[in-house]
Amino acid sequence: MKTYLHIDWTSCDGRGLCSELLPGVLDRDDWGYPVARGKAGRERTDVPLRDADRDAAREAVFLCPKLALSLVERAAPEPGQRTPGRTPGR
Amino acid sequence: MSQPRDSIRQEPRLLAAGPDAGWARHLETFGPWEPQAAGPGLLEVLAESGLTGRGGAAFETWRKATAAAGTGRKGLLAARPVVIANGAEGEPLSFKDRTLLAHAPHLVIDGLIALAAALGQAGGRTRSQASTGGTSMYVYAPAASLPRVKQALGERPGGRKIRVAQAPETFISGESSAVVNMIGNGTALPTDQRRRLSESGLNGRPTLVVNVETLAQVALIARYGAQWFRQAGTATDPGTRLVSVSGPAPTRDVVLEVPGGVQLSAVLKEAGMDPGSLSAVLVGGYHGRWVRPADHALTPAGAPGLTVRPGAGVIHALDLQTCGIQATARILSYLAGQSARQCGPCMFGLPAMASVLNRIAGGETNPRLTSELDRLGRLVSGRGACRHPEGTTGLVSSALEVFAADFRAHLSGYCTGPGGVAA
Amino acid sequence: MWAFGRVSGFVSLALFTASVLLGILNRSGRPLLVLPRFSISLLHRNIALLATVFLGLHVGSLLLDSFAKLNPVDIVVPFLGSYQPFWQGLGTVALDLVLAVVVTGLLRHRIGQRTFRAVHWLSYGVWPVAMAHALGNGTDVSSGWFLLLVAASAVAVAAALMWRLSPSFLETFRARQGNLP
Repeated sequence: MKTYLHIDWTSCDGRGLCSELLPGVLDRDDWGYPVARGKAGRERTDVPLRDADRDAAREAVFLCPKLALSLVERAAPEPGQRTPGRTPGR
Repeated sequence: MSQPRDSIRQEPRLLAAGPDAGWARHLETFGPWEPQAAGPGLLEVLAESGLTGRGGAAFETWRKATAAAGTGRKGLLAARPVVIANGAEGEPLSFKDRTLLAHAPHLVIDGLIALAAALGQAGGRTRSQASTGGTSMYVYAPAASLPRVKQALGERPGGRKIRVAQAPETFISGESSAVVNMIGNGTALPTDQRRRLSESGLNGRPTLVVNVETLAQVALIARYGAQWFRQAGTATDPGTRLVSVSGPAPTRDVVLEVPGGVQLSAVLKEAGMDPGSLSAVLVGGYHGRWVRPADHALTPAGAPGLTVRPGAGVIHALDLQTCGIQATARILSYLAGQSARQCGPCMFGLPAMASVLNRIAGGETNPRLTSELDRLGRLVSGRGACRHPEGTTGLVSSALEVFAADFRAHLSGYCTGPGGVAA
Repeated sequence: MWAFGRVSGFVSLALFTASVLLGILNRSGRPLLVLPRFSISLLHRNIALLATVFLGLHVGSLLLDSFAKLNPVDIVVPFLGSYQPFWQGLGTVALDLVLAVVVTGLLRHRIGQRTFRAVHWLSYGVWPVAMAHALGNGTDVSSGWFLLLVAASAVAVAAALMWRLSPSFLETFRARQGNLP
């Protein structure tokens, strides 16, 4: 079981509090939205967290002005496993 | 009976009943059959068949269906699943789904009922072999397809149980969570997915959104079996698929049913095109990729140099006089405009990318433009409620790769496309 | 009691003024000098809560004071009081609004962003109503330093409001200008 920081992009407004509280995990892009450092693909939306980051992540979830963050406990996916759905234009 | 892979000769399966097949002709062609009775064991048969989704992402159908069946509690209190036939076909270059709904709607409906029954029975909600066990069924399609769908539902017993919902004519209206959102709330926009649709979708119920072609294939597999299905195609890409083929004049748009693993060049020839007269082919759709018309096999999994993913089944060819960069720039502007405008990276990133690519297409020679395009693509990928950003980025990266010579030309001040003069 | 009631009223109003200013700064998404954005958010929240505590003391002490002639019903229903009913009623209105804002603020995660935000807009109404109550009901209105503080607060809030309404208010404004294709 791993803890992930889930970013609800439909609520996020790139206010930047989370990147201040988790500077090693999140940076901000050209328009202020959070970018998970060193992560690719869906791990930029469900950001894996180390145990050391958990407290700061909880703080970020609490303070986010748009309630765009949440913590999710999930089994870590097998390498190469894809999640269904999410593709537009079908 | 297996076919050599460069042969496109495939006896029609999905369209075997011919154009505008009504209920009577459908039964004549495929034989009378109770879709509900296919419920028990259907998921195992689908697993054996190796059927993958025909909507774009090519996930194993049995796996997606099992996920929606297996969640939640069993028995009477379990949330009843929902199966939605997705005929939205938001891809502008795709027309296979509307063709299928116009000419073989009964196959799609057969597949919908059969899967609904399989989910209902797997959840233990019913032991009756004549029931879908309370699973709700929807057909989601654009306005033009609905009259035929409603007519087909009216022609058959039990058709009243299937609800029909209209899909708006936008690119993202076919995205799974947008489908659920439209039916549930009237807004065809993707939603944030903390929980998968198979766990909690329409009104919190386990929901399965399946492309209409996939459902038609399910109907055939349920009737004739997994081994029959595997008689076409390859071991890793069994069965057939529909492709929407379009190209430069005088090529006419055509829907072809081709076996898995078919050579792209064979498909182009079948559609009346000479691969030698083409500069590039867009495969998969606006979220697909460009390839040079060399020896590519159309199959979801395989080595990148030798295969290309069919995606939504779109095959669109460019002739030698068309500038690939300008074609891509037009597509990118469209995709940027089709953003749901909910998520920052998409809402701002895609228009920024379109702006840069349009500057290159227009003849601006700043050498940093291509690296900026690449940077923006990598910035937005994976960051959004749906896959619009990465799908778009995928198209742009393939353009940068396949049209590399054209990019060099543009940045040097000329275009190898129309007339050889920079626009 | 009466004196304590007045003082706690002033302090509460001053703290609410600070909270409004911090709230507007918070919304802009900008840090302030050494304060990062999350500190501003916490300060806004904590100062508002402190202001509410002093508001509680203000109301409580006046309830207990025989001179004020305050009944418990006056705390929630405005304009029924016997001493300057209109200005006191404004105080009640301000208190009711504060309670709504604070409760929804504390339960933000439970009630969701939309409801929270809708009620939070009321906080713009709290400040002028509370200020009017202080000026109308307060017995120090003639005092020079009081008027000075009131004027300073009014100028600060007005300036913050004008900033709030200006097009370049948001920190991300410049970067996000080109969002339309």
